[in-house]
Amino acid sequence: MLHTVNKSPFEKNSLDSCLRLAKKGSSILLIEDGVYAAMKGTAVMEKVSAAMQDKKVYALGPDLKARGLDESQVIDGIGVVDYGGFVDLAAASDKVQSWL
Amino acid sequence: MTDEMTEEGGTVKRFLYVNRRAPYGSIYALESLEVVLIGAAFEQDVSMVFIDDGVYELKKGQDTKAIDMKNFSPTYRALEMYDVEKLYADKESMDARGLTEDDLVVPVEVLSTEELANLMEEQDVVLSF
Repeated sequence: MLHTVNKSPFEKNSLDSCLRLAKKGSSILLIEDGVYAAMKGTAVMEKVSAAMQDKKVYALGPDLKARGLDESQVIDGIGVVDYGGFVDLAAASDKVQSWL
Repeated sequence: MTDEMTEEGGTVKRFLYVNRRAPYGSIYALESLEVVLIGAAFEQDVSMVFIDDGVYELKKGQDTKAIDMKNFSPTYRALEMYDVEKLYADKESMDARGLTEDDLVVPVEVLSTEELANLMEEQDVVLSF
């Protein structure tokens, strides 16, 4: 199953709910303001890293770029994908939950 | 104490614009900029403060081509030309996001929680975004 998160982890609890309910083996794609959670050195880095133990986390490249977030500062192990990669993730998943 | 006057003889008030939203996920950040520029045209005493996700508005290196939205971050550097020179950022918000002054497109005065609370208290008008 694919989970998308489009809200800043500092403003809404969308990421927290996603991390609480996403099962082992699922994919989490950070989009729009959700990409702020993908960065190193923030107060939420620890919980994102913890989730990566048994889930795959991705971030949408165009949204990182728009916000001035450097790909080299993304947490190690997070996959940066483009719009085509977003489509591939959705197509590879039987369903999508959007944490709005 | 006599209030400062504008050229037209109006009273100058202290306006503080409080920015708490990230730039592209909602329209707040852009709308705030528009209102700030209008306020400056009326020769008011304008300050802007960036708190919570508002500090992301000032992040260097924004490039919105791929999301097909207007990159308005260069506008913060133009504020000086409109006599909007008092820009402040909340240290606690920057720390939580791993940001330092070097990450920002404009020089700001970084304030502690207490300094920020005092700044808000000193204003005549506070506008929230």
